Amino acid sequence: MSAIENIPAQGNAVDNGLLRFLTCGSVDDGKSTLIGRLLFDTKTILADTLHAIERTSQKRGMEAVDLSLLTDGLQAEREQGITIDVAYRYFTTGTRKYIIADAPGHEQYTRNMVTAASTANLAIILIDARKGVLTQTRRHSYLAHLVNIPHVVVAVNKMDLVDYSQERFEQIKADYLAFAAKLGIDDVRFIPMSALNGDMVVERGERLAWYDGPTLLDILETAPPAHTERAEKFRFPVQYVCRPQDSANPELHDYRGFMGRVESGELAAGDAVTVLPSGLETRVKAIELYGEKLPRATSEQSVTILLEDEIDISRGDMIVKTSELPNVAKQIDAMLCWLSETPLDPRRKYVVRHTTRESKAMLAGIEYRMDINTMERQPAEKLAMNDIARVSLKLAQPLFTDPYVDSRGTGAFIVIDESSNNTVGAGMIL
Amino acid sequence: MSTTTLSKATLSHLDWLEAEAIHIMREVAGQCANPVLLFSGGKDSICMLRVAEKAFRPGRFPFPLMHIDTGHNYKEVTDFRDKRAAELGERLIVRSVEESMARGTVVLKSADESRNKHQSVTLLEAIEEFGFDACIGGARRDEEKARAKERICSFRDEFGQWDPKNQRPELWSLYNARAFKGENIRVFPISNWTEIDVWQYIEREKLELPSIYFAHTRPVVRKAGGMLPVTEITPAKPGDVVEDVLVRFRTVGDITCTAPVESAADTVAKIIEETATTTITERGATRLDDQTSEASMEQRKKEGYF
Ligand SMILES: Nc1nc2c(ncn2[C@@H]2O[C@H](COP(=O)(O)OP(=O)(O)O)[C@@H](O)[C@H]2O)c(=O)[nH]1
Ligand SMILES: [Mg+2]
Repeated sequence: MSAIENIPAQGNAVDNGLLRFLTCGSVDDGKSTLIGRLLFDTKTILADTLHAIERTSQKRGMEAVDLSLLTDGLQAEREQGITIDVAYRYFTTGTRKYIIADAPGHEQYTRNMVTAASTANLAIILIDARKGVLTQTRRHSYLAHLVNIPHVVVAVNKMDLVDYSQERFEQIKADYLAFAAKLGIDDVRFIPMSALNGDMVVERGERLAWYDGPTLLDILETAPPAHTERAEKFRFPVQYVCRPQDSANPELHDYRGFMGRVESGELAAGDAVTVLPSGLETRVKAIELYGEKLPRATSEQSVTILLEDEIDISRGDMIVKTSELPNVAKQIDAMLCWLSETPLDPRRKYVVRHTTRESKAMLAGIEYRMDINTMERQPAEKLAMNDIARVSLKLAQPLFTDPYVDSRGTGAFIVIDESSNNTVGAGMIL
Repeated sequence: MSTTTLSKATLSHLDWLEAEAIHIMREVAGQCANPVLLFSGGKDSICMLRVAEKAFRPGRFPFPLMHIDTGHNYKEVTDFRDKRAAELGERLIVRSVEESMARGTVVLKSADESRNKHQSVTLLEAIEEFGFDACIGGARRDEEKARAKERICSFRDEFGQWDPKNQRPELWSLYNARAFKGENIRVFPISNWTEIDVWQYIEREKLELPSIYFAHTRPVVRKAGGMLPVTEITPAKPGDVVEDVLVRFRTVGDITCTAPVESAADTVAKIIEETATTTITERGATRLDDQTSEASMEQRKKEGYF
């Protein structure tokens, strides 16, 4: 691949859009090296960056260039040789643009991985071929499943250290499948690789001739970028209402545009819609973007919707198709991941932000806390950072929800602590 | 490499990035009482203005534009800045580092010290003057290592400081732009764009740019692999060899810390081609201020820099 092929497609060229994925694994499994390898082999790393990491590698007395230095960005990280926070990286192959979230593998892992996974459509789970499936592997797989990442790739890395043994690879694969089945993970693919040498990342290399499956990049290039392949219900949380009536243009006097992003599904002009919470029904007069009329709006598009009838709508309301209404919930059951150093206090009120809507919320109960090392459900009174639990919450205002597994956009919420304004929890509605 | 027909309608990468940026701007408008968009006349902020048009037209922008001027900007860029704001009919606020110097809140170590990092002071003063609760900026995560870990919606304390180890978790596209009085949120709608995405967007949207982004002849002094532009503010020193070279700027900022690259690219299409084949990063080639220390950007951000 020459660099010139790496201009992302435009116009008539093939443009397979954008894929977001994350890499996960324990410390030293090779996440940073793998990302460095992907960037290097797709010619994303430029000479001056390479020189800078060469210099740092030398300064630390290393012989080979340490590609992991590409992603370990903060001063403290470089000093300690570990990744502290989720880092985002970019590369393109000419047909598709990629956003990588590199989630660090140490203590605050759950919080970081859930954060990185929340926007990803594919997860690469690294396993050190010498170590095989570890507790951490189960933990990462559980989290990927919890956040409902549709595609999972298990990369058995450091194959060079086990003589590129097919037997070793098959054994790890069998071990993994045994517990993945229990979790309900169905779309998993396995790749033997050496991130250090570059085998099966972008190039096939010469040492893994027994493996005839795709390289990692092949999988990335062909994975569907949309979050789900199923037909989704149309959900349009209103972000902002455009009323330019004071403008000089008299035609705009009655203009009322409802601005937002399609969280899921599709809408066309003429469709019958219902506005929540009012429940009023009308039809779509037009869908616009910057003065241009669009025949339809699809998932993840930011548009402006005009309606046939004058209905009072404000931020936090939701426009849906009349034929597919969401739940209107004042109590929700959810899997909640606690993100804050301050534990969840069952007596306190929090704010739940869901789509463009907020509501005061209180814990109604913790059904169980999940021990993500043993996959056991345990009783719990409160939640500490990195805990994951099934909870139920009472809400002051109704939310318009779908189960998270059906729609990320209307199934996900965050919990905010008003005393600090911090984001303290991440929830997935059941 | 294989290509597949994807079963679901897929947004092109530019459409996706644009839709995300529009969504972020509308969130700021919906969540914050008094936001401002930082507009320098540079290519990233020019893209942001188009995103803002797509987000809010036919209405007006729910925020003014603001430029923190070091007083050392290329005239082509500040003229363009004023022209673009006027065309859009949006309010432009300009606050300058020179005003802070006159007030005594910015003290230069020497007369020729770069004013670039002092923009932080003037920015914080302007935030206080107008009571802005959110600043929308055009920084991108691909620009620099410390930026790669910055949130889209990034919280700053009363001193404008960024604490990289204590950032708010940011999940899905649920942005938390809450701040107490005196605190401030920095929002980066084009976080996920790369340099080439920016150029492709400029091409697709046919956006006008200040002329110095395109190849032109300019007197420069070659120094340590780079080129220093010779201007009134940065005159040649005794012994310097001044040459007229065909150059363009990849980034336009304070004259004292932005260097041109040798290039004959005089159209956006040619720039895209060059960007795809270049071997040097945007900052590496052109930002004289980031090379001093590996961690200098992180340091400046902690001190309130954008
Ligand atoms: N032999 C071998 N070493 C590897 C491979 N991948 C990574 N490493 C090494 O393992 C160590 C940890 O890698 P790093 O990428 O920092 O792991 P991270 O903690 O998951 O980011 C480094 O010394 C790498 O050079 C591989 O495929 N083979
Ligand atoms: Mg790492």
